Amino acid sequence: MTGASVEEFDVVVIGSGFGGSIPAFHLAAGGARVLVLERGPRLTSREYDQSLRFGSSATRIFDFTAGDGMSVLGGNCVGGGSVVYFAAMPRAPRFAFERRGSLGHRLWPSAIDRESLDPWYDRVAEALPIKRHSWDEVSYAGGAWAAICDHGGRTANPLPSAVDTAKCVNCNWMMSGCAEDAKQSLLLNYIPAAEANGCEVRELHEVQHLTRDADGSYTVHYSHVHPVDYRETVGTGSVRARVVVLAAGAAATPVILQRSEPHLGAMPDAVGRYFSGNGERINVASLDESALRDTLGLDRGDGRAYEAFQIGRGPVVATWDRQDENLPEFERYAIEQLYFPPGLGTILAQARTSDGGPGWFGLEKKELLSRWQSWLMLFELIEDDNEGVFGAPPPSGNAVRLSQQLLGRGTLRYRPRATTRAAWARADADVRELIEDAGFGQVEPWTNDLVGAYTVHPLASCRLGDDPATSALDDTHELRGHPGIFVTDASAVPAALTVNPSNTVAALAERSVQHICDRLAERGISVRYGGLLPV
Amino acid sequence: MTQNADSPPLPPTRRPRTAPLGERPTLTDAQRVALEAYADTVVPGRKRHPDDVAIAGVDDTPGAVECGALDVLTDPATGIEDGVGGMADLLDQRAVTWATARELPDPVGRFADLGYTDRRRLVAELTDPEEPEKDLWFLVALFATMAYDSAPHLETADALDPAVTPASGLRAMGFFPPVDGRWAFDRGGYGRPLARLRAGTDDHGDPR
Ligand SMILES: Cc1cc2nc3c(=O)[nH]c(=O)nc-3n(C[C@H](O)[C@H](O)[C@H](O)COP(=O)(O)OP(=O)(O)OC[C@H]3O[C@@H](n4cnc5c(N)ncnc54)[C@H](O)[C@@H]3O)c2cc1C
Repeated sequence: MTGASVEEFDVVVIGSGFGGSIPAFHLAAGGARVLVLERGPRLTSREYDQSLRFGSSATRIFDFTAGDGMSVLGGNCVGGGSVVYFAAMPRAPRFAFERRGSLGHRLWPSAIDRESLDPWYDRVAEALPIKRHSWDEVSYAGGAWAAICDHGGRTANPLPSAVDTAKCVNCNWMMSGCAEDAKQSLLLNYIPAAEANGCEVRELHEVQHLTRDADGSYTVHYSHVHPVDYRETVGTGSVRARVVVLAAGAAATPVILQRSEPHLGAMPDAVGRYFSGNGERINVASLDESALRDTLGLDRGDGRAYEAFQIGRGPVVATWDRQDENLPEFERYAIEQLYFPPGLGTILAQARTSDGGPGWFGLEKKELLSRWQSWLMLFELIEDDNEGVFGAPPPSGNAVRLSQQLLGRGTLRYRPRATTRAAWARADADVRELIEDAGFGQVEPWTNDLVGAYTVHPLASCRLGDDPATSALDDTHELRGHPGIFVTDASAVPAALTVNPSNTVAALAERSVQHICDRLAERGISVRYGGLLPV
Repeated sequence: MTQNADSPPLPPTRRPRTAPLGERPTLTDAQRVALEAYADTVVPGRKRHPDDVAIAGVDDTPGAVECGALDVLTDPATGIEDGVGGMADLLDQRAVTWATARELPDPVGRFADLGYTDRRRLVAELTDPEEPEKDLWFLVALFATMAYDSAPHLETADALDPAVTPASGLRAMGFFPPVDGRWAFDRGGYGRPLARLRAGTDDHGDPR
């Protein structure tokens, strides 16, 4: 496959989220010819709709892949998850890097711990930027959660965030893209900076598989996705790369490698295994307004104590008391207050039913919906046990697309072990104690009966590690046995972090660049890593 | 367009930036009744008129049906629009088998002949993890629920405007309407510390 018509690049980056855009910028700035292929469309902030209508940005830039026992939500656009995310950006606590899971040995490579990653976290904090937020910047929902935690003898912290609160209007439409550009997506920093350095970004290009060329280069094969009906392919093509950076997200990266296996040769065993949903689980509380007023003294200044679920910008407050390194593994977790818009954010919520039947539909559910503004969503981030495994790849992409946009069926199978189930049960009990036992309302977990567990933080499906048997990447992010293929997205994160993962994904991506430069140099391409900021 | 004669005329809505491609399916009256009865089980509502057989009538405010369940279920954007007619037929068959097995006192020739409690029991069975076709029944339930709680067939601003959309689940949920077409809240929070910070929080506000 060296026909004259095939374009050639030094580096082809697959996916334009944190894992893709950060290396794309540094490599382009260092002089490499870089191409980014992204399966989703590119929208500007003027195109972010405040609407839940089919075909609005809510469905154009979002992706929901239902699996067997686990469903994954993510971005589907240039900028990836950074366009739809909530921009809560805590660093992972020290103990997260020391995790052993059920394997009984350290999961992270010995080269990486919190201390060694801090300089890379610092760089990301400056680039986006990420700020420490004060109580003044906390939403009503975050404030209510803090007050409830305090009443229960717990601490609570405003989350470090990549939202510029001076620009934020608290509209909570950020999952459809932030029209105010208050949320620092990658479209405001790394991506334009990469382009200013000659990097090309192609939207609606879905990579299907890789082949290896005689000289050790790779050819990246893609299809061109229809701009409205993502089920349709409107063309195909391929490009050559000396080095490939795979960053399609933890729900897609291993699938591309699985599909490439017949062409590239055997993949490390850990490709498509050890998937973690970052231990996520959601509970929904329906708060008692008078208890919030009388017991906690909450007052919005207009007679209402709360009734403000809709106001804000996703999760802004978490309780970290159980992030205690002295606790045993699987007993450490965070509980964040969260917001999800109606639709995705309401269907799995359960009411208490008089007939003992399912609470996600019916008359009692309708009644629960009528109190929607008094909801408080609690997001548990426990340590799961990397139980996800991907089945044989679907014909294209990482899912059989069902709807024109948004909805597809993937091959991920997830069966939580007793360790994970017990961790969820512990966190559920904690939420119940803080809210229900204290008289602040009723709380029920989302049902796992319909789409299994669910995650917005897919991790670890192609993970870093020192042990070749249980990790797909060495500590340089290079795929074992396949020189020149680097995986720099959330698939590389070895295990659940007990915090939102983007900051860690971004810091790892920053750290990986020097290693990619080293491989390029070996292939005769001199790229200088300058450690620049994307300004 | 499969506009039910009983429901209000489709409101004038703004065009979405990318309109779904494709045609809506044509449904028989029986299929419409079955799908409406299913949607009404998921989010129950008031009867539209005394002879309304699709809606069980166990609540006195609009439910999924009045909020546009059929419009959503037949929308080509869903990807299930071509299958919903067949699902409706299957639903009626399942209801007959279900009623026969239970020897219900009243004759049951279709799903809509069941009372709300029995409809609810059957929907619970159809969406149970053990049901082989659970995923499909869940999708029908999902899109029916969405008609009520997120109105994906309408611009959200229109769904909240009583002059445009007479029946709206989003309004019933108390979803705040936009001002001049946009959502923005001046005052976002209580503006004061409401808990102690965790000891050992670092300078960036992160856990250690
Ligand atoms: C609703 C929501 C809220 C979130 N909020 C937060 C938060 O507050 N804080 C936080 O830390 N994290 C948050 N996250 C998670 C965060 O978005 C991810 O952890 C992060 O984006 C992961 O980065 P990544 O590079 O691994 O993948 P992504 O950012 O998902 O990027 C992968 C990209 O690859 C593209 N792609 C996939 N397949 C292909 C293919 N075959 N060819 C080409 N391109 C492909 C995708 O379209 C996507 O753009 C949130 C996620 C969601 C869905």
